[in-house]
Amino acid sequence: MIPAGFEYHRPADLASAVGLLQEHGEEARVVAGGHSLIPMMKLRMAELGHLVDLQAIGELKGIEIADGTAILGAMTTQHELIEHADLATAIPLLREAALQIADPQVRYLGTVGGNVANGDPGNDMPGLMQCLGARFELYGPAGTRQVAARDFYESAYFTARADDEILTKVTIPVPAAGTGYAYAKQKRKIGDYATAAAAVLVGTASASVAMTNLSDTPVWSEEAGMALANGDIEGCVAAMLAAIDPQEDMRGPIAFKKHVAAVILRRAIDSALSRRA
Amino acid sequence: MKDEVQSPEERSAGLKGLGCSRKRVEDVRFTQGRGNYVDDIKLDGMLTGDFVRSPYAHARILSINTEAALAVPGVLAVLTAKDLEPLGLHWMPTLAGDKQMVLADGKVLFQGQEVAYVVATDRYAAADGVAAVEVDYEDLPVVTDPFKAMDPDAPVLREDLAGQTEGAHGPRRHHNHIFTWEQGDKAATEAVLAEADVVAEEMVYYHRTHPMPLETCGCVASMDKVTGKLTLWGTFQAPHAVRTVASLISGIAEHNIRVISPDIGGGFGNKVGVYPGYVCSIVASIVTGKPVKWVESRMDNLMSTAFARDYWMQGKIAATKEGKITGLWCHTTADHGGFDACADPTKFPAGFMNICTGSYDIPVAYLAVDGVYTNKAPGGVAYRCSFRVTEAAYFIERMIEVLAIRLNMDAAELRRINFIRKDQFPYQSALGWEYDSGDYHTAWEKALNAVGYDVLRREQAERLEAFKRGETRKLIGIGLTHFTEIVGAGPVKNCDILGLGMFDSCEIRIHPTGSAIARLGTISQGQGHATTFAQIIASEIGIPADDITLEEGDTDTAPYGLGTYGSRSTPVAGAATAMAARKIRAKAQMIAAYLLEVHDDDVEFEVDRFVVKGAPERFKTMKEIAFASYNQAIPGVEPGLEAVSYYDPPNMTYPFGAYICVMEIDVDTGEHEVRSFYALDDCGTRINPMIIEGQVHGGATEGYAIAMGQEIAYDEMGNHKTATLMDFFVPTAWETPHYTTDFTVTPSPHHPIGAKGVGESPNVGSVPCFSNAVHDAFRPFGLVQSHMPHDHWRIWKIAEDLGLHV
Repeated sequence: MIPAGFEYHRPADLASAVGLLQEHGEEARVVAGGHSLIPMMKLRMAELGHLVDLQAIGELKGIEIADGTAILGAMTTQHELIEHADLATAIPLLREAALQIADPQVRYLGTVGGNVANGDPGNDMPGLMQCLGARFELYGPAGTRQVAARDFYESAYFTARADDEILTKVTIPVPAAGTGYAYAKQKRKIGDYATAAAAVLVGTASASVAMTNLSDTPVWSEEAGMALANGDIEGCVAAMLAAIDPQEDMRGPIAFKKHVAAVILRRAIDSALSRRA
Repeated sequence: MKDEVQSPEERSAGLKGLGCSRKRVEDVRFTQGRGNYVDDIKLDGMLTGDFVRSPYAHARILSINTEAALAVPGVLAVLTAKDLEPLGLHWMPTLAGDKQMVLADGKVLFQGQEVAYVVATDRYAAADGVAAVEVDYEDLPVVTDPFKAMDPDAPVLREDLAGQTEGAHGPRRHHNHIFTWEQGDKAATEAVLAEADVVAEEMVYYHRTHPMPLETCGCVASMDKVTGKLTLWGTFQAPHAVRTVASLISGIAEHNIRVISPDIGGGFGNKVGVYPGYVCSIVASIVTGKPVKWVESRMDNLMSTAFARDYWMQGKIAATKEGKITGLWCHTTADHGGFDACADPTKFPAGFMNICTGSYDIPVAYLAVDGVYTNKAPGGVAYRCSFRVTEAAYFIERMIEVLAIRLNMDAAELRRINFIRKDQFPYQSALGWEYDSGDYHTAWEKALNAVGYDVLRREQAERLEAFKRGETRKLIGIGLTHFTEIVGAGPVKNCDILGLGMFDSCEIRIHPTGSAIARLGTISQGQGHATTFAQIIASEIGIPADDITLEEGDTDTAPYGLGTYGSRSTPVAGAATAMAARKIRAKAQMIAAYLLEVHDDDVEFEVDRFVVKGAPERFKTMKEIAFASYNQAIPGVEPGLEAVSYYDPPNMTYPFGAYICVMEIDVDTGEHEVRSFYALDDCGTRINPMIIEGQVHGGATEGYAIAMGQEIAYDEMGNHKTATLMDFFVPTAWETPHYTTDFTVTPSPHHPIGAKGVGESPNVGSVPCFSNAVHDAFRPFGLVQSHMPHDHWRIWKIAEDLGLHV
């Protein structure tokens, strides 16, 4: 559990950080909260020559809410997200989900940007961001570009982000007032990844549904959302069950995961509907 | 004087002796981060050792190339079996009469096995060195199933044992067979089974798990080439035994070895055995002339140092149609992994598994245990239990439930009609034990009343009806357990480890000013010995517990003892403490009589002083007596006030308890909620009720983990699937149930203060209790037996198989 040697960099601005990524190419990785990358380094499953720490880059911090949009700096911690009162009012689903991530100690350091950028199918934020219709801003040598969360994930740990790009912001449309919401998660214990988790938004004429850790990417199903928008709960569940592709692990076999996925999704839907104004 | 106006009761309370919930004196340093653990030891020039471990469960080693590793800056040496062979240290004896590779000798037998030992200037260089060692393996067929291991054409695991048909515990009948251990009367038991009204039969599996102390295993070896003395600090539950074993293995004279167990962060059986890391560190220190530290990572700990359980217990229980048990039969297949590295008394290769008749008056019984090699980590230690007692308790408490189902009886009533009665003690069990004391019926009634058993059963029935009507998806399970432990190993006549009799010891020195120091052969790993043993002395000789220092763990200063495991500290070393204190009291009586100018028999002990009989105003306090012992020339009495006692217990002690758990189970997700957990423990005389309560909370939480999710699992290739805390379940405060503790007191008749030991009871009792709750919830739907751990998917699978998801 000792990582191989590496150079540590702590740039003060984005341009320097991207410069380091360009300079060192595949040898370099950025680190945000470190809760995914550092364990992988300790297991020597991730070996890299240069670690570029984003902690000192002020422009990656902060939460802004204006004009129906919430903008989260990538280095916003889960704890800061949970504590932000205006954000909790605007998008209560975010807070509900963040409170179910790991434990307080992890949430003090774990960041929104790291959670969505790493492409770990076990992370909660990717599915949540797909449900919310968020967009990710990427900054690289060619400047800035935006990618929809729903287009970002390609397979486990592979995303639309290029190696020399840094995910800088998450932009989330604030759901219409009265939108029902819920994040339901089954896990074995505090700190565990989801056995199954569901994010649900349901308004009067629209709905969005995504699930976590049931495939090698988060699963957002347009069909499931449309069914729910039409009040067809069973259609929603059936569409989602068709979309997921869980694998057996210590949490259980595939049949169990599919069963639990349906149960958790129904619970999230019930809860979201009960909160819809 | 102030104490002259105090009543005896007030003076007694001031001693903080037996029965006082004295605060733990250890916690001042533990809660301030001032403990001193092995990894806190830093010596000048200290080096670090780390292992190259096998990625394969069964493979031949074709070559080991250390060239690149030796080129890593900071790496000083890489030891392999070839380097240890000239010293005869490439293999070492296990505590179970087997031998174990220190470093892989030609082949590996489990994933994570130690292959080479890298010595470097620091742990970073050592880890780089480990990564640079090149090992060429040729994989061999893997056996992880102990039944398949006994197939005639199963792969040969232990080639070193080729042709050896006689093992340490009798004949071996197969190349992967270790021993067969038989107890009881086979013919009589089979005759009873053949004629019984009812026979319930079931396979009860107690899965493989791991003690997983918060602090992993480790050591620092320091060979002083000038003095020729080896000092070995380590996470040792038995420091004296380690010294003797180290001397026998290494050839270093025992007086030139000093073993020190500093603060230990939990042991639970994991730290009883001798591990390759200790041997390699000693060798490395001798070779380099510098201190060498080795500390396991969490993954090392979960993958390689001693696991627990892994017992497949086939059971048959016979009864009359009224429910009176007439016989018990058990055949156990014990999976020991690649080496038999159990830590059991020599004559007990399956520990005290023959306590499996439990709390019940079973006239005839038979037990056979077959030990088997597989491609898994070696061990089979007692994880917070006395040698296989947890397996035995789980077995009988499941068999009772299975029998209750067969008889269509309430399981509480079935237990009640089969308990050994109070008037039957001392009770001779069918499998050879003499239970010292017990009052099971009283404990059982108290427990059932405390939880409102009848009301609970009505609520459960109502919930079942609501479930059937589709109004709820949650069932209620009521888990019952009445366990009997056997602890305090043990009488030297039948208990030894590597030939060392399992007595224990205490030495007490009273200082001139009336305070004291006591040293014991045991070693606390969190049990609070410095608190509780001082309480025994306080009550025995009237010196306040706060004025008594207690030391353990340094073999240069402490008297010889066999250490702390198997709940033996209080039954054995606690008895030695009381006996040593009584020797001091006897001498103090002579001194007091001399000072008071009366005959020895004319004074009597009262709390903290000797008083002239019939003249209460004439007395000498222990403080005065202590000073006198150092400054008075008393005819016929040596100066000073010291004593030592080596206590060989006449029998084991038999703590017992009644546990009841109420659990809500979600049949759709397999999730559960422990609604209540009631634990009544009878550990005889209670030394410190607060510490007992803490022990019960800790042990029950471990039991909860084991029953509800914790396991060491391997895939068919022998890959370890639970080597991190992501998958190896350790409850946090969030998952941990709330416990209600209670007690009865049935003193041990043979222990000097009547104490029986309690540290392990809650693990022994709670595992069947949680498991029985899960089974009980599904009993109305026909569930008889489902193996632990009862994690979400396995509970879901029960419901799925019973058709509850339609």
